Amino acid sequence: MASSTRRSARPDVAGPYRRAWWRLRADRVARASAAVFLAMAVAAYLVPLVVAIDPYQQSLRNSLLPPGSEGHPLGTDHFGRDVLLRLIDGGRVSLGVGLIAVVISAIAGGLIGLFAGHFGGWLDRILMRIIDVKLAFPGILLSLVIITVLGAGLEKVMVAVGIGGIPRFARVVRASVLNTRGELYVEAARAVGASDRRIMFAHLLPQTLGPAITIATFGLATAILSIASLSFLGLGAQPPTAEWGLMLAEARKYLRTAWWLAVFPGVAIMLLVLSVNLLGDAIRDALDPRISSTAD
Amino acid sequence: MAKFVAGRLVESIPVLLLASLLVFSILHLIPGDPVDVMLGAAAFGIGDPAQHAKLVADIREQLGLNDPLPLQYVRWLWGVIRLDLGESFLRHAPVAELIAQRLPSTLELALTALGLSVALGIGMGIVAALRRNTWVDGAVMVLSLGGVSMPSFWSAMLMILLFSVTLNLLPATGSGSFDRLVLPALVLGYEGTGLIARLTRASLLEVLGREYITTARAKGLYRRIVVTRHALRNALIPVVTVVGLQLGRLLAGSIIVETVFARQGVGQLAIEAILQKDYPLVQGIILLTAASYVVANLLVDISYGLINPKIRAA
Repeated sequence: MASSTRRSARPDVAGPYRRAWWRLRADRVARASAAVFLAMAVAAYLVPLVVAIDPYQQSLRNSLLPPGSEGHPLGTDHFGRDVLLRLIDGGRVSLGVGLIAVVISAIAGGLIGLFAGHFGGWLDRILMRIIDVKLAFPGILLSLVIITVLGAGLEKVMVAVGIGGIPRFARVVRASVLNTRGELYVEAARAVGASDRRIMFAHLLPQTLGPAITIATFGLATAILSIASLSFLGLGAQPPTAEWGLMLAEARKYLRTAWWLAVFPGVAIMLLVLSVNLLGDAIRDALDPRISSTAD
Repeated sequence: MAKFVAGRLVESIPVLLLASLLVFSILHLIPGDPVDVMLGAAAFGIGDPAQHAKLVADIREQLGLNDPLPLQYVRWLWGVIRLDLGESFLRHAPVAELIAQRLPSTLELALTALGLSVALGIGMGIVAALRRNTWVDGAVMVLSLGGVSMPSFWSAMLMILLFSVTLNLLPATGSGSFDRLVLPALVLGYEGTGLIARLTRASLLEVLGREYITTARAKGLYRRIVVTRHALRNALIPVVTVVGLQLGRLLAGSIIVETVFARQGVGQLAIEAILQKDYPLVQGIILLTAASYVVANLLVDISYGLINPKIRAA
């Protein structure tokens, strides 16, 4: 209601982002997925501040308790550690590491796209050729190359996944720079003697924000999934870290006796990835209803 | 057509070259001397330092590590072209041989997964399109959404829980027999199945709305014949792309699936090699996967030209 009165009162000041925000708020799927995402984020970051129980607390007497046991709503693992607390702790790992990975890809990819798009010519051709090599490295493979060089570990996986996300950002930012750089106001800025730096960062960069937000949202979903996969393979988080992919890897040994260990961390990954993906869909539609989804 | 194929072939060469350059640099980007890595911990503390230094120098000379990097790269690339991928550090066998031993198992898995995802995906897509807005349609959409949001290792574990642990129908791990292939192939093909189903549904719905379909129906043709002969042919053109993209992803995807199901394939070998720091083996497998991805994309382009003459001209 508030938005509709504001719309009628000041129709001419609503910029594209405000209009996108209205569309987003009217989208039921977006509201539901945002609620799930926020609930998980709040649980991951705030619960540890309130509940003073250690997710690393071992208690071999209480190992492999099924869900619904007293004090352990989702049961315990082979060391008697509480599954729910470990899931909450793992949420902080997935979100934190995933977000930093996305920031790495956004800054590096954004700069590459900005320079390639603005200067064009041989710089553009070389940068885009390098980006094209990613075409030869499906999904997880580029991360594997980087981890081979850096070694295993959560921080290295973060860097690897971040680098893996660069090409998408570079392409999208470059495309929107190419769209904008012929605009009259950019030419005007050049005519009054603005430097390349000023044109790039003050005039071109703001225009890339919309597509970049969309890519960042999808990138977060991909990053969370990749981090979990690499940790599952033993290349990411190392024991005793409470990381969802690692928890699932450890659960394989107890598949026949403790199904809950194999189920709940996967549910957590799926909920987080699904909510971020649906939110990405909604943001894309809200920012520009014409852009369609891409396969990669 | 020949010109079109040749053009696409030439275009894929720089991508392959840059990919090979990246793979080549793995060994030279890792911190430390490759020879130290090669000798591993075994070489430390044995004999006197002078002897060790001589050993390292000998190996450097023998492997040509003293030559300029571009020369080393060209020599390595020339080897790769002749399928000489070097020697494994730890297994003391040619990398090409090690990969060749594991390749049949992975190819079997990947091709079965591809077959399953094409058959199931197109089938589910057709059913969903023809029963649009019914519970069948909804079920297909939920299933395909799961394919993109569930990590493959988790759907693998759920499959094992259901079919091996609870129902005791299929074996959970290992390779060799057909019943051991079913679950891994289903898991590996799951994401593709979902994508193909959604695309088939959307594409078929779009085609079914065209006028020539109405004409065919108005002539009195059976709906079944109109769907299979008139509509599907056009509806499946975009599906070809997704199938081709899946082909390229399957080798990379098999890395995870083979680990969960303990299958003796190339993917499992890759993870072992990375954890053991067996760099030539890692290089070989990554190069193979990248090359197969490029080839898959090439095949997609060419099949596109075959299906749609308009693209050939462009």
